[in-house]
Amino acid sequence: MRRFGAFWWDFVVGDDWRVAVGIALALGLTALLATTWASAWIVLPLAVAAVLWISLRRAAG
Amino acid sequence: MGVTRGWRSALAGTFAASLALAVIVAALGPALTVIPIEVLRLVVGALLLVFGLQWLRKAILRASGWRALRDEDSVFEREAAAARAAQRDERAGLDWYGFTVSFKGVLLEGLEVAFIVLTFGSTQGSIPLAIVGAVAAIVLVVIAGIVVRGPLSRVPENTLAFAVGVMLTTFGTFWGAEGAGVDWPGDDAALPFVLAFVILVSLGYVTALRRRRLALA
Repeated sequence: MRRFGAFWWDFVVGDDWRVAVGIALALGLTALLATTWASAWIVLPLAVAAVLWISLRRAAG
Repeated sequence: MGVTRGWRSALAGTFAASLALAVIVAALGPALTVIPIEVLRLVVGALLLVFGLQWLRKAILRASGWRALRDEDSVFEREAAAARAAQRDERAGLDWYGFTVSFKGVLLEGLEVAFIVLTFGSTQGSIPLAIVGAVAAIVLVVIAGIVVRGPLSRVPENTLAFAVGVMLTTFGTFWGAEGAGVDWPGDDAALPFVLAFVILVSLGYVTALRRRRLALA
């Protein structure tokens, strides 16, 4: 059971759990803004770029 | 497995795993079509983004020199030595080690592919077309494996990983935002711009991290 859980964790989350959390938060923020702001499409690409950079900087010391 | 333990058991394991994957796709495919498209795009977009960023992160770290490139020759030698050293256990006329390792490898790697095929197919409304594309890719890979019959060391592994990461991140961003209720300017015409953005950002990060590594050296 533990190995099964570890497999799915590695399959979905991978090396850096912060990426998964960052994406979840970015999608939540996008959904929140999409109801009132027509340009909310800009949020997710910028968030993706930011999350990727933060994860890379941690990995690159 | 084919080279070290014999092709019969390796191919039997590959066939059994392919069959299991086909059953998974056949069972999950119709189930996905009953989920509302917005919910599906949100979930699929989120998962593609998480997968895509994992691929992209590794590829950028390797391209910028922060992580060693995979040495396919040494990986092949190490795996081959382990396979040769394993005890022979005959079951149903097959070398059980060769069968189970081949089955496990194809099933686990194939699960990610099956997931991508199902999600691409269901969000675009054509699972059969996505399956045709996946089967064509499988046929090509199997032919390449049979022709080469050895380590795929000449494949530009990191370039492929970079391309896969870029594509998954692009589609993940596009569908994730749509699922969250966003209307892209120009609808589907925005997709090439998202792709260009992801490529430019990724290449920019490769350059920035390479410079940082040289500055610290």
